[in-house]
Amino acid sequence: MDYNAYVTEERIEGAEEGRLAGRTVAVKDNISTAGVRTTCGSAMLADYVPPYDATVVERLKEAGATIPGKTNMDEFGMGTTTETSAFGPVENPAAEGYVPGGSSGGSAAVVAAGDADMALGSDTGGSVRCPAAFCGVVGIKPTYGLVSRYGLIAYANSLEQIGPIAPTVEEAAELLEVIAGPDERDATTRDASEALGDGEATAITGDVTDEDGGYDFVSAADGDVDGMEIGVPTELLDGADDAVVEQFWAAIDDLEAAGASYHEVTLPSLEHAVEAYYVIATSEASSNLARFDGVRYGVSGGYDGDWNEAFARAREEGFGPEVKRRVLLGTFALSAGYQDKYYKKAQDARAWVKQDFDEALGAADVLASPTMPVPPLERGESLDDPLQMYLADANTTPVNLANLPAISVPAGETGDDRPVGLQFVGPAFGERAVIRAGSALG
Amino acid sequence: MSETPVDPDQVRHVASLARVSLDEEEVTEFTEQFADILGYFETLDEVPEVEREPELTNVMRPDEGRAGLSQEEALQNAPDTEDGHFKGPRVS
Repeated sequence: MDYNAYVTEERIEGAEEGRLAGRTVAVKDNISTAGVRTTCGSAMLADYVPPYDATVVERLKEAGATIPGKTNMDEFGMGTTTETSAFGPVENPAAEGYVPGGSSGGSAAVVAAGDADMALGSDTGGSVRCPAAFCGVVGIKPTYGLVSRYGLIAYANSLEQIGPIAPTVEEAAELLEVIAGPDERDATTRDASEALGDGEATAITGDVTDEDGGYDFVSAADGDVDGMEIGVPTELLDGADDAVVEQFWAAIDDLEAAGASYHEVTLPSLEHAVEAYYVIATSEASSNLARFDGVRYGVSGGYDGDWNEAFARAREEGFGPEVKRRVLLGTFALSAGYQDKYYKKAQDARAWVKQDFDEALGAADVLASPTMPVPPLERGESLDDPLQMYLADANTTPVNLANLPAISVPAGETGDDRPVGLQFVGPAFGERAVIRAGSALG
Repeated sequence: MSETPVDPDQVRHVASLARVSLDEEEVTEFTEQFADILGYFETLDEVPEVEREPELTNVMRPDEGRAGLSQEEALQNAPDTEDGHFKGPRVS
């Protein structure tokens, strides 16, 4: 069956040898591939061919991976369902008739359907974890600064990270090892060997450093959660669908049986995470997407009138409704008279969320919640009501605001066979803790 | 949800700041949706002032030249070029 998961199917061969030799890794279409068009799911970039590779693509090629194609996505990453793509919506191979989640819906779909061994997505407010949850596969959102964003076409720089999607926790960890590490072309990356190897989270479980150094993630996928302390933020369960909550507690039972223990914790700041996220993300988007004026690349606005008129025409033609909506919302939030009311308050909320997480992670190795408060939506369900779609990001956006690592792993299905995902959140550079917790359910 | 009046002229104004042309249908739709969404953003009023830790520090590096894109590569995606330059609309 055709899930419409690829925008472009064109093979890019990696080195002959390497740890990913013989395996395919599909790449989200907002990650630059030299000589292969990179559309961001937008008509604006339908013919855009990057002259250079993103750092993560260079690393895939060096590791011997074959890239089978570029995956479909919500336009510029703006969506939770992969229905806003200019190249049409993606089907969910794990639940026909339902959305695959977004915005990296194509990447999760090709992995779920077995068309690619693994895939890369990007996660600004849940865009790796949501489709992983909806398609019944594993997705990791790394700590901000662990993976280079060089060559990732920006939506909201302060929030996003590129992350792996794979059928198992171990394979996702392996792909993360390949793409992680500092990059002189992205000044927000850093050498995290020390932070990774010696994190507080692993200290609590009594399993401190590994001889291979900090960037060893695969060995953490050992399923050993004996003695692990799990915090459950009640705010992330309150609004969730009953069928999702049922699967969540069943998974926590399994972890308890394996020797973990849990306690509930309240994080009042989380009530404001979605609005803070949308103010910050749309504000950054309004600035980032100003570059699309139809002169250096993209759809030309022609030459009638002055440049303001020509640019406005190029953007009318090149951008879809959700992108226009977010660019306008961000422009509004940053405009004179509203900046203090929206943008500044959102930054306060962001700092508050960080503090709440830090405190909760002082008393737990990881925090657990349903990845998404709802099971996969029916196709078309959320398109006419953008606010409803934004609210579905309640459990994923706080993690981006706090720059923390998180993993989504499959945790059963609803009564009508729709996949449910469970999210573990760790302290900064606590990738090993979330990978270990996730592997106990895999 | 608190009242956030948004009128069509505001939407047109923001669209012109953002350099995005909208047709009348889009203006109507966005006016309605923005009232909803901005009304929801109002709950940020309940957020207390938070002391933000300055966790970012400037990191300097020497300014060294390195290979970049060739002129040809830089121009390859432009809808229109002339004599090795980007061709844009007139300024005023």
